[in-house]
Amino acid sequence: MIPRSFEYSAPGTLDEAVALLQKLGSDAKILSGGQSLIPMMKLRLASPPHIVDINRIPGLDYITEKDGFLRIGALVRESDLERSELVRSRFPILVDTTSVIADPLVRNQATVCGNLAHGDPANDHPATMLALGAIVVAVGPRGERDVPVENFFPALFTTALEADEILREIKIPIPPPSTGGAYLKLERKVGDYATAGVAVQITLNNSGACTAAAGIGLTNVGFTPIKAVKAEAFVKGKQLDQAAVKQASEIAAGESHPVDDIRGPADYKRDLVRVLTARAIVRALERVKGGV
Amino acid sequence: MTPRTSPEVGGMGHSVKRKEDPRFLRGQGNYVDDVVLPDMLYLDIVRSPYAHAKITNIDTSKALAIPGVAAVITGKDLAQYNLHWMPTLMSDTQMVLPVEKVMYQAQEVAAVLATSRYVAADGVDAVEIDYDPLPVVVDPKKALLPDAPVLRTDKEGKKDNHIWHWEWGDKAATDKTFQEAEVTVQEDIYIPRIHVSSIETCGCVAHFNKVTGKLTVWMTTQAPHAIRTVFALVAGHVGLAEHKIQIISPDIGGGFGGKVPVYPGYVIAVAASVLTGKPVKWIEDRMENLQADSFARDYHISAELAGKKDGTITGLRIKTIADHGYTDAAANPSKFPAGLFHICTGSYDLKAAHVEVDGAYTNKPPGGIAYRCSFRVTEAVHTIERIADVMAHEIGMDPAEFRFKNFIKPEQFPYKSALGWEYDSGNYAAALKLAMERIEYDELRKEQAEKRARGELTGIGISSFTEIVGAGPSKHFDILGLKMFDSAEIRVHPTGKVIARFGTKSQGQGHETTYAQIIAEELGFPVADIAVEEGDTDTAPYGLGTYASRSTPVAGAACAMAARKIRDKARKIAAYLLEAHEDDLEWEPGKFFVKGSPDRAKTIQEISLAAYTNHPPGVEAGLEAVDYYDPPNLTYPFGSYICVVDIDKGTGEVKIRRFVAVDDCGNIINPMIVEGQIHGGLTMGLAPAMYEEIQYDESGNNLNGSFMNYLLPTAVETPKWETDKTCTPSPHHPLGAKGVGESATVGAPAAIVNAVVDAMWHLGVRHIDIPITPAKVWKLLRENGVSE
Repeated sequence: MIPRSFEYSAPGTLDEAVALLQKLGSDAKILSGGQSLIPMMKLRLASPPHIVDINRIPGLDYITEKDGFLRIGALVRESDLERSELVRSRFPILVDTTSVIADPLVRNQATVCGNLAHGDPANDHPATMLALGAIVVAVGPRGERDVPVENFFPALFTTALEADEILREIKIPIPPPSTGGAYLKLERKVGDYATAGVAVQITLNNSGACTAAAGIGLTNVGFTPIKAVKAEAFVKGKQLDQAAVKQASEIAAGESHPVDDIRGPADYKRDLVRVLTARAIVRALERVKGGV
Repeated sequence: MTPRTSPEVGGMGHSVKRKEDPRFLRGQGNYVDDVVLPDMLYLDIVRSPYAHAKITNIDTSKALAIPGVAAVITGKDLAQYNLHWMPTLMSDTQMVLPVEKVMYQAQEVAAVLATSRYVAADGVDAVEIDYDPLPVVVDPKKALLPDAPVLRTDKEGKKDNHIWHWEWGDKAATDKTFQEAEVTVQEDIYIPRIHVSSIETCGCVAHFNKVTGKLTVWMTTQAPHAIRTVFALVAGHVGLAEHKIQIISPDIGGGFGGKVPVYPGYVIAVAASVLTGKPVKWIEDRMENLQADSFARDYHISAELAGKKDGTITGLRIKTIADHGYTDAAANPSKFPAGLFHICTGSYDLKAAHVEVDGAYTNKPPGGIAYRCSFRVTEAVHTIERIADVMAHEIGMDPAEFRFKNFIKPEQFPYKSALGWEYDSGNYAAALKLAMERIEYDELRKEQAEKRARGELTGIGISSFTEIVGAGPSKHFDILGLKMFDSAEIRVHPTGKVIARFGTKSQGQGHETTYAQIIAEELGFPVADIAVEEGDTDTAPYGLGTYASRSTPVAGAACAMAARKIRDKARKIAAYLLEAHEDDLEWEPGKFFVKGSPDRAKTIQEISLAAYTNHPPGVEAGLEAVDYYDPPNLTYPFGSYICVVDIDKGTGEVKIRRFVAVDDCGNIINPMIVEGQIHGGLTMGLAPAMYEEIQYDESGNNLNGSFMNYLLPTAVETPKWETDKTCTPSPHHPLGAKGVGESATVGAPAAIVNAVVDAMWHLGVRHIDIPITPAKVWKLLRENGVSE
């Protein structure tokens, strides 16, 4: 539990940080909340020669609504999200998600953007962001660019970020009325990564059918976070009665690619995706109707 | 029990706040890692990535080239002093550092000494070791097959992996009960390998003073005196003598049996200090602690119960394979290689029983320690409480009724069990009856039936356990020949203040408070005026230490006996001061008075002063006493636990809805501390029942060597414990007390398993091995056609 030695920089602006990344290339690693990076360094699973600490950069800890998006800055902590009135009133699915990440001590430090930037399919926000159709804003020497979250996780522990880019912001479209969402996770004990997790976001039209905005994301049942596109396509335009929910959950289970590990056998996890998807859809529907 | 003393005095029965807590709560405890000495070197250990491999080369040159690395120690270095092997407490042998081969993953292979902890870790990374992997034996059943590779090639002539065979009881009589039985049941029950995971890991600071020749070791140990003797015996040939060894066990952050053994790290640190003449600190990290220190349990049990159709149990037969890893490093009394496993007839009156245990070597860490458990009593209780429940269900009898039918009756005590133990006292039916009232058992059974009709799964599980603690009578109990007495030394100062020292060592149990309360009870000094010390072998009287719930039964008894010796002397002094005959004096806590004249009295404080200022002619000055207590018998605490679970058919999750624990540990010294012990013990019973198991793959790789995957339950997972008590004093203990620290850990798991099986018995589920994970329950549900 003793890390190797490393260099440390704490730039005061994003420009400085980007310049450092440009200079150091793959030797550099960004430290935001550090709740994944520091344990990996202590275990010597990661030994980045240079840490670029962005925590001293002002103005990155905002949660705001602007131009049709909820915007979450790079230094927003999980506990900020948990406590935000804006989030609590408009995005209960985000509260579901953040409140099952690790434990309160970790959430006081861990950042929402870091949860995506780490590229871990066991992290909880990726599935939720997939369900919400979020957009990742990356800043680098070539300026800013938007990356839809479905393109953000190309492979295990890999993201669409270049070595000299920083994840500056997550943008989530403000949902129309008659929308509800939920994130359900089974964990072996509090603070654990998911054995399986499912995020569901649905919007109903005037006749009570599911609109095209439906999103379903899966946690820790594949090498990357999974967008259950077939299940999403299935629910579009449908009245979500018991039979439809059952069928959607079975389709989502079929889209998962779990493996046997210490959390359980693959068929168990696949069945959990089925059970949790059905329950998450039901919870989302309750929330459409104003339930909590 | 109504207290005999005032709350200010704080004798038995008062919930005195723990005297040790202010320093713990304010961060002022003094643990081994708090010890910092000038010029201290830091030791870190290179560990094996393989479970079984030949060491072909160790290259230390790169490590030695790192600035700050002082030395790298290997097995060859220790072999020069014949310190590369050491004996275990079970008279087996264990490597300190290997010369030829490694026997488990995470085994110590070399040690790096450096001027800082960070440099030591870099040095560990830089030691290059070449291995030649050997065939790995993980499964103890396979280890005992004739074609299994022989692991202990160091033992001349050893041709298999069998360590020992032990059996107990009347085999012929037992077999006869099975031949004549109307009903028999059998189950294979695995009690998995687990780890104590105390908050503080193990470590030491060893300081050998080359000028005085004295070795001082601050060490995380539950048994400092025995450790001193072991060090003297093992290292006598290199010049360490017992009068020049001081073991200091300072504040200890939890032991639970894991701090009884001598680990290689301690020995390497001592050797390193002797070689360098500098203080050496070694502190394990969490993963080392989990992966290399002694494990507990790991019993593969086959249990059979014989009985009649009316529910009467007649016989018990058990065969067990004990996986000890590569060496038997258990910490049992010498005479009992399977500990007190033969308490397995439990709370039931049955005619005959026979137990067999075979120890096996495997490529896993050594051990077999008693994790919050009096030497395998957890394994014994789990077995009998599980198999009894199976029989009850098999014959269609309510498990409570089944237990009432078979309990040893109060009038049968002292009760001689079929396996030879003499139970001191008990009232098992009273405890179960109280637990059933508290949980509203009959209502729950009705609710369960209604839910089952709706397809919902609820289960109710009972565990009516009997413990056996307070080892132990010298006739049967020793460790490496040292009899398992314990000791107390009480000194009263002239101003009526007291210091008392003991051969035990608290690791969080609250000895500084409870021992003071015993003295308060016996002599009437207020608890606030009594200092309690343990753990320094230069000052404390010799004792065997704290484990197996022995502190109250043995050292607590010694404390009472020493206090009574002081009271006897105080009576002589009081008689002299009051100019009365000793026989004319009467005692009430805190003073002697002349019978019939309560005004003619001398307080214990006045007597204390007189002991030093005005002692009677012909009587020695001073007021102190020592007692070495050899208990006449063990104590047998008991209890009944009832657990209610609801099962999620979709995910397989088990939710403990209620858990009622009724304990009986005889007379209670401090009710608050007992309550705390039971809460902690229950949570440590929940842990293996639902979460904890050390797992290995076929190559002997530890699959959950950190808290990421070795799942310690937290407050979130812990149900609200509902506790209650009955009181059946021990007839032979001077205070009528019994041990309690381990009861809940021992009794809780069976109640939880019994509840889960009870919820699914109608589906065809007869047994489930702990830990009961959602994945296991899900599999059983789906196999039996239940889904959401």
